[in-house]
Amino acid sequence: MSDLTPTTTGTAQARQVAFRGGGFAPASHRWIGVLVFILLVTLAELGTRQGWISPLTLPLPSDVLKTFGELYASGLLWAHMSVSLTRLFVGAVLGASLGVAVGVLIGLFSYVRAGLVPLTAALFPIPKIALLPLFVIWFGIDEGSKYALIAFGTFTPTVVATYGAVDNVDRSLIRMGQSFNLSWMSIVRKIVLPGAMPGILSGLRISLAIAIILLVAAEMLGAEYGIGAYILEAGSLYDLERLFAGVTILSLLGVTMSATIGLIERRLLNWRQ
Amino acid sequence: MDIRLSGVSHSYDQFEVLRDISLEIPSGKIVCIVGPSGCGKSTLLRFIGGLEQPTKGEVLQIGNPPKDCLNPLTYIFQDFALLPWRSVRGNISLVLEDHGIRGARAEGIIADVLARTKLTEFHKALPKQLSGGMKQRVAIARALAVNPAVMLMDEPLSALDSQTRELLMDDLVNLWTRTPFTAVYVTHNLAEAVRLGHSIVVMSRRPGEIREVVHLETPLDQRHYGDSALEEKQKYLWQLMREEARAADAELVHV
Repeated sequence: MSDLTPTTTGTAQARQVAFRGGGFAPASHRWIGVLVFILLVTLAELGTRQGWISPLTLPLPSDVLKTFGELYASGLLWAHMSVSLTRLFVGAVLGASLGVAVGVLIGLFSYVRAGLVPLTAALFPIPKIALLPLFVIWFGIDEGSKYALIAFGTFTPTVVATYGAVDNVDRSLIRMGQSFNLSWMSIVRKIVLPGAMPGILSGLRISLAIAIILLVAAEMLGAEYGIGAYILEAGSLYDLERLFAGVTILSLLGVTMSATIGLIERRLLNWRQ
Repeated sequence: MDIRLSGVSHSYDQFEVLRDISLEIPSGKIVCIVGPSGCGKSTLLRFIGGLEQPTKGEVLQIGNPPKDCLNPLTYIFQDFALLPWRSVRGNISLVLEDHGIRGARAEGIIADVLARTKLTEFHKALPKQLSGGMKQRVAIARALAVNPAVMLMDEPLSALDSQTRELLMDDLVNLWTRTPFTAVYVTHNLAEAVRLGHSIVVMSRRPGEIREVVHLETPLDQRHYGDSALEEKQKYLWQLMREEARAADAELVHV
């Protein structure tokens, strides 16, 4: 190879081959997300303080923080959080577990698929918020209607993600299971479900975000406490500080959920390439 | 336990894939099936193991499998078919669990097959950590664990590079020499066929028919890389196949 190294051979000019293989390879830069967030908040703080953002459009971030502090000190934060988290938990667990079950059934049985896929497609685009009055009549103005709304909202995306994930399980692995005479139950439990897990978890990411959205909607009717009720009340009074404090709580809730699923993914899916 | 195919024909819709295949697979021998791509040799293997049913003809088991045999007809696949979420040990115990073999008995079997495939120290590794050759050795270990009466090997070395292929062929020969097993070995690689086959079934292009069955008398452990007698046989097989392969290559795919 050494005879290829000279930079000029005879009269011909030698140039370095230009590198063009960069990009398209996502790498993890966690701190940039935090940086963007801090930058935006600082910008809002500066803008409102100096007056080029009118206080009517955006509250002072520091005021929002103060409101949050007051909320915490008064003990109301926990009162709102506890009822909201319960609603979120019960509704999401109901909806997601039913959704995974139905999705797996659709993935496994052609008759169930033929019967339920059109139904899911019909239910999916319905804005669940529109059904709230109906749910109030069906399940009562108390917790029942709230659980139902959140559960219904998480159910359909979970179904769609789950049967897609089951469809995507490597057929050659199922063949392998059959060739070793594994029972139907073993094939489902040891091959289909673990194989569908990546798809189910990424579906859950979406369903849980929808659950948070619907939490606010569910607390529109007949709720005294709850983050959603708190935000809606602040909104109708045009109390921007409290509105933003509430919205921040929802955002933090979303980030926590997403991080939790990320943690579960790393634990459960460490076998992926 | 012997396998007999009599008058096996198959067509998908109007499309004839296999025509009147009759074949004996004697116990303790390796039968290689070679043929141009798309001649239905893998389909034939799926019939033998009961993963698919032929439209005509029958596949028969003659005699009973040995008592300690958990899964008489056991496959080894081209793509290994290992569960990526289970370790080497877990992949082998998968096929034992359904037979109620757990605990110390399972440990005994797993340790034995891992030792036979030289994988003992890798029992905790996940498939993604293994090279192609090691993955296929895990698949062979898994097949050995159920004590098969007949091994059905579907292009087991085709996904591997040629050096690894040589090494694994030696491994297979060693395994067979220690305890002779019955196998149907489907391949498009003639070098593999002459190294491993006691008889070689040459198939025509689609619709697949048996053109000729070539028998090789040299014992497996005396066949070596670059052996001139084997190369003669390989040349002969290639002459048989050449025209078929050319014609098969020029056909459109109807799938």
